[in-house]
Amino acid sequence: MREYLPILLFLIVAAVFAGSTIGMSSLIVPRRRNARKDSAYECGVDPVGNARARFTIKFYLVAVVFILFDIEAVFLYPWAVTFRQLGLYGLVEMLLFIVILLVGYVYLLKKRAFEWD
Amino acid sequence: MSVRMPVLLPVDLWALGAVIALSVGLMVMLLLEWAPVRPGSPRGAILSLLTLAAAAGSVLYVRDVARSLFGGMFVHDGFTVFFTILFCAVAALAVLLSWDYARRTRIGQSEYYMLLLSATLGMILMAASNDLITIFLGLELMSLALYVLVGIRRARLESNEAALKYFLLGAFASGFLLYGIALLYGATGSTNLTRMAEFLAASPLQNNPLLIVGGLLLLTGFAFKIAAVPFHMWTPDAYEGAPTSVTAFMSAGAKAAGFAALLRVVLHALGGVHANWAPMLSAIAMLTMTVGNVTALLQINLKRMLAYSSIAHAGYLLVAVVAGGHEGASAALFYLAVYSVMNLGAFGVLTLLGRGQEERVTLSDVAGLGFRHPLLGVTLTVFMLSLGGIPPTAGFMAKVYLFGVALKAGWIPLVIVGVLNSVVSVFYYLRVTVAMYMEEPALEPVGISWAAPGVIALMVCLALTLWWGVQAHALLALALRSVQGLM
Repeated sequence: MREYLPILLFLIVAAVFAGSTIGMSSLIVPRRRNARKDSAYECGVDPVGNARARFTIKFYLVAVVFILFDIEAVFLYPWAVTFRQLGLYGLVEMLLFIVILLVGYVYLLKKRAFEWD
Repeated sequence: MSVRMPVLLPVDLWALGAVIALSVGLMVMLLLEWAPVRPGSPRGAILSLLTLAAAAGSVLYVRDVARSLFGGMFVHDGFTVFFTILFCAVAALAVLLSWDYARRTRIGQSEYYMLLLSATLGMILMAASNDLITIFLGLELMSLALYVLVGIRRARLESNEAALKYFLLGAFASGFLLYGIALLYGATGSTNLTRMAEFLAASPLQNNPLLIVGGLLLLTGFAFKIAAVPFHMWTPDAYEGAPTSVTAFMSAGAKAAGFAALLRVVLHALGGVHANWAPMLSAIAMLTMTVGNVTALLQINLKRMLAYSSIAHAGYLLVAVVAGGHEGASAALFYLAVYSVMNLGAFGVLTLLGRGQEERVTLSDVAGLGFRHPLLGVTLTVFMLSLGGIPPTAGFMAKVYLFGVALKAGWIPLVIVGVLNSVVSVFYYLRVTVAMYMEEPALEPVGISWAAPGVIALMVCLALTLWWGVQAHALLALALRSVQGLM
């Protein structure tokens, strides 16, 4: 269990640091409450209505598609780093991977997922 | 530094044929979105059948060779071949059942079949994996496709509810499974099933808490997928809300896939620590059989009733897993093949009930059906008798062999509970027959949507159910041969 000691130390330090900063600030903070200070965003726009409003599904679609192609790009990096070692085999594998994603892209294009209206 | 690359031989490509064929088929189907057809066109169904035939054919072509590919992650052996053929057959029958059902309930065409093929691909990967990571990949591919398929009738409220419940609970189960994989990796130092088995055989650490907790979490994930108590809550809702053709597909395919992966993990990787998990699995088996059967007694909706019946059948199958060894595994394979056929048949009859978008699947809907449509009545009766385990049907042979194996392995209380449960189950299976032949039809008798592909699928299921009931030895020998490489 000795090798877990740094993790335990790390946990203690994290707890002490978080506890002490929150505790200290709550001890020494000046308390002058007023309506403006108690609002959600003290120096921002006044909140209007409930945040749980319905908004269009297109945002989800864009977010999901973004994550998909973002991950594709992330996968390309480790391949690019070891490109020389992996050689032709790696190139073929990567091309297959990209082709599969490309099929998805073409499908999305046809389904008009990239058009906002 | 140069990395040694795996070289794929032609025989390896044939072994991977099912995976390749299905991947290409479903991608083609996505691209066909560019060439629209009229809504009722059978293009999606025909393309799916061709893809499934190619997948099954290529694996059958190299059925006698055993290969281990991708660094031992993917194995091609008798077990893989058996399940690949089973999944392709289940998917093909589901496609035939969907042919008209998808048209009349206005389910979209290409996406529906594309998802069906993705789920099949996931199932095949689960059965062919010899590594916890690839098992998880296959499981997720199957599950994600099924979540969407369950909710594919977007306008139906029940469908939405079913999909959401299935998705949320399924995501939890995947989390458990993944955590279990992580802990087992920590305990054994590998995610490869063969290497795990070697480690456990050589290690004195068989009671390592990490191993036990990891195993428990892993089993929780699998128990969810095979719908074993106490992780069965999603089953009735998902089965009822899903389009009936999808219910037929997932009740047979997803359960078989869950058991395929479970068999590989507990009999291959954890086979050496049988005493650690067998008592617990036997308790789950007893609970699953009893809860499934007792709850099914109270159901009026046939889809819900068959959902609880499928829970009970998961319990019977767990008896075979607990018995273990080559015989236990072969009993599970035999039972899964029989169960898939009779369950697809029972749900298949339900896909014919009702016209247009209506869903008529309650006991009062089938009242008097046996007289108005004698052939349909007889067909459903045979499937019900088979599910209940009454000779001369396949369900009887499967139960006899399964309980016989468990008895030989010494699990006597388990067999007693199983047999008692079979007796209980006969009540609700026969109640369907009673409703069909002895009750007055409802005021507005249910209309039947006859369609040739669906009828062909039902005839195949019926023929196999009766054939395996009297000539079981060929399938049994095949099942025994298929598990030789497992342990």
